[in-house]
Amino acid sequence: MTGVLARVAFVSRRLVKAIVVIFAIIVLNFFLVRMTPGDPALVIAGEAGAADQKFMDDLRHEFGLDQPLWKQLAVYLGHVAQGDLGFSYRQRLPVTQLIADRLPQTLLLTGTAMAIALALGIAFGTMAAMYAGRMADTMITVLALLVFATPSFWLGLMAILLFSVKLDWLPLFGMATVDSGLHGLALAADIGRHLILPAVTLGLFFVAIYARLTRAAMLEVRELDFVRTARAKGLGERRVVVRHILRNALLPVVSYAGLQAGYLVGGAVLIETVFAWPGIGRLAYEAVVGRDYTVLLGVLIITSIMVIAFNALTDIVYVLVDPRIGSTG
Amino acid sequence: MDWSRREFLIGAGAAGAVSGLLSGTALAQTPKRGGTLRSIINPEPPLITLGASQLLPTVTIGSKFHQGLLRYSFDLKPYPCLAKSWTKSDDGLTYTFVLQDKATWNDGAPFTADDVVFSTGKLLPQISARWRPAHEHVESVKAIDAHTVQFKLKHPFNAFISAFVNSSCPIMPAHIYDNGKDFLSNPATASPIGTGPYKLKEWKKGSFIHLVRNDNYWEPGKPYLDEIIYDVVPDSAQRVAAIETGRVDLVQSNDIEYFDVPRLKQQKNLVFTTKGNETLSPVAWMDINLRLPKFQDKRFRKAMMHALDRQFIVDKLYFGLGKVANGPIATTTKFYDEKALVKYPYDPQKAIALMDEMGLKPDAKGVRERISVLALPYGEVWTRQAELVKQQFGKVGIEVTIENTDSAGYLRRDSNWEFELAFDYLGQFIDPALGVARSYLSTNIRKGVFATNVVGYVNPTVDELFAKASAAANDEEAQKIYSQIQHIISDDVPVLYLTELQWPNFYSTSVHDVIVDGDGPLSDFSGAWKG
Repeated sequence: MTGVLARVAFVSRRLVKAIVVIFAIIVLNFFLVRMTPGDPALVIAGEAGAADQKFMDDLRHEFGLDQPLWKQLAVYLGHVAQGDLGFSYRQRLPVTQLIADRLPQTLLLTGTAMAIALALGIAFGTMAAMYAGRMADTMITVLALLVFATPSFWLGLMAILLFSVKLDWLPLFGMATVDSGLHGLALAADIGRHLILPAVTLGLFFVAIYARLTRAAMLEVRELDFVRTARAKGLGERRVVVRHILRNALLPVVSYAGLQAGYLVGGAVLIETVFAWPGIGRLAYEAVVGRDYTVLLGVLIITSIMVIAFNALTDIVYVLVDPRIGSTG
Repeated sequence: MDWSRREFLIGAGAAGAVSGLLSGTALAQTPKRGGTLRSIINPEPPLITLGASQLLPTVTIGSKFHQGLLRYSFDLKPYPCLAKSWTKSDDGLTYTFVLQDKATWNDGAPFTADDVVFSTGKLLPQISARWRPAHEHVESVKAIDAHTVQFKLKHPFNAFISAFVNSSCPIMPAHIYDNGKDFLSNPATASPIGTGPYKLKEWKKGSFIHLVRNDNYWEPGKPYLDEIIYDVVPDSAQRVAAIETGRVDLVQSNDIEYFDVPRLKQQKNLVFTTKGNETLSPVAWMDINLRLPKFQDKRFRKAMMHALDRQFIVDKLYFGLGKVANGPIATTTKFYDEKALVKYPYDPQKAIALMDEMGLKPDAKGVRERISVLALPYGEVWTRQAELVKQQFGKVGIEVTIENTDSAGYLRRDSNWEFELAFDYLGQFIDPALGVARSYLSTNIRKGVFATNVVGYVNPTVDELFAKASAAANDEEAQKIYSQIQHIISDDVPVLYLTELQWPNFYSTSVHDVIVDGDGPLSDFSGAWKG
């Protein structure tokens, strides 16, 4: 029973901490966003190529920007507490709806990219460690370095030129064929074809990181006593590598993957732009340019919640990979 | 004599000439029904309903749903759209429009004079910053019968007939909007109801905007296309690849970066044109903050003009697109008069001589004056221009610091006069009274408001002449006054004129009649076809 209580206490502590962090993020971001020069009324007037005082006053009044700043913050916090992220000045839609429209696409893209990165990264890293100092290792290391050093948007553009323009194997941009009338599996296949290039491009950078992390950790672990013990027990090489070396070498990879997961939600702006992928990164970028305060704050809140959630998830995965962590903490 | 009738006939003649020209270039092919036009929209507009927003992509899409009373040919003559014909009284105070009687809204309701009265008299004065300057001159607007509308003006205002471009004055449905509720929160604003040839099928945010044919469209047999799909493509390299490989049939306005133009022009399967932005006719210049002591001597402003090699900007930065701008009125706008202009050819020696004459001597480092320049954050070509200005001013001893910001920051600083020199460009909207006067009238110096007289130019003679010109009895008289204005302003140099902008439009040889008048890609595409 004390174990359960302790766990409840632990979870509620984490929850309170998370709420405080989110509150701080909102207040901080609110003022940061407002410190940028210009406001949505000016941007809209600028885009209209014409303006007069009435036009600007009407807009500011409608957006509530003529109220004192502290009052705007109080109103905003009140709304957020009720789960309402406000209304977009520019797009005339509820922010929650805008984000809900975009978030799944981003998660699909970044989730696929991360799966590719982890699978390939760990595989290459393992191979490199097993053949350390030999040809395969050198090739993997050099390749990883090359991919790591290449800007991903450039890689993306080159991939487009090769696979979409020259070879015409894959679609040029977008997430699905417009008005294709496809359903079920056919639709999934269509989205899959659109997904390959952006996901691989986004994932490649991390493949390089994971490969290097895995390789380094494995080289370290394989010199340890328990590995020698395992070999002495007469276990097969395959089993030693997978169960003993790799599993213990995975911890740094998991920590990094946790960090990356948080980053992936907001960090795909470039890839989303290059591939015209309708994700949340582009939504945020356009909100900055248009000074669409509520959308920007909404995205920041959602991404910080995601980061917090991924951190919690990382903790759980830690326990799964390494039971010792669960028993001590 | 019925002068206005003559103007109308000229207008109708021009429209005939337009279609004649088009059938000529299309080798007298008859339009084919059916097919999908694929194009690009960039950036994705926040709204696609006309009226409240005149953002270029908003108008590109919205113009397919919403129409104006008039269209304007390449040489800016009005020709019929929702108005069949129009007359102007001899005293210049009464304009009467006879409307199309077969037109309906795409929800089935008939289009009538009430819609025009509501839009021009009630809705647009509330929401459109572009209609309001024309509306200020209107005394009253009323429906004579179901298909006749009459405007009475407070005083003669001859730019009135040029104020009906659909981006400035779209006719909106009274039965939808005339309910005292807020325009922008009306459901029809998300799902537009118009008289135009296309309807919205689906807007997938971040991905595409899909339009389909309005089967009840009022022009017999039109539109020819079944669908138009605008893909949202934020990356410029992708946009080039899309038109190059034929995934899209049309790219317009700012879709293609200038450095890609020469290469795309080589493509045999693409038609290239810079026509179709005559109604906007954007002109680029640098605002001079005339309030600052360093800019008060006219000779220094003239020296800066001579120090600029503007042909180089056109040739090397715009790859030959556009023209050197020499004065307040663009060559494509009404009442342009080249002979009236004081010109400033590239001549660094003359710039130096002028500064010497003023006593503006170089210091030990060879610097005569230090100036900061606010760059425009609208892409590569503007950044390069700022760098070029720095270099060319440097040659005559004017040291330039470039200041960069993003668009919201730029707009705030420009509108609040927080600059020394600032890049800028504005549309001219057919008649100088609509798009030009606003930058020079001393009555339009309004801090915090974009697209006003931000430089703080005050010249009572110019104020008076603009007022006289817009009230002139006829175009001949207006021309004389506008020629005077062009002479005075080009001599005063309140801004540093750079270039008249032209946008590169490319379309596939399989599409026809997309760029047919001064609105270009912003027209309704009722006659566009594929085959």
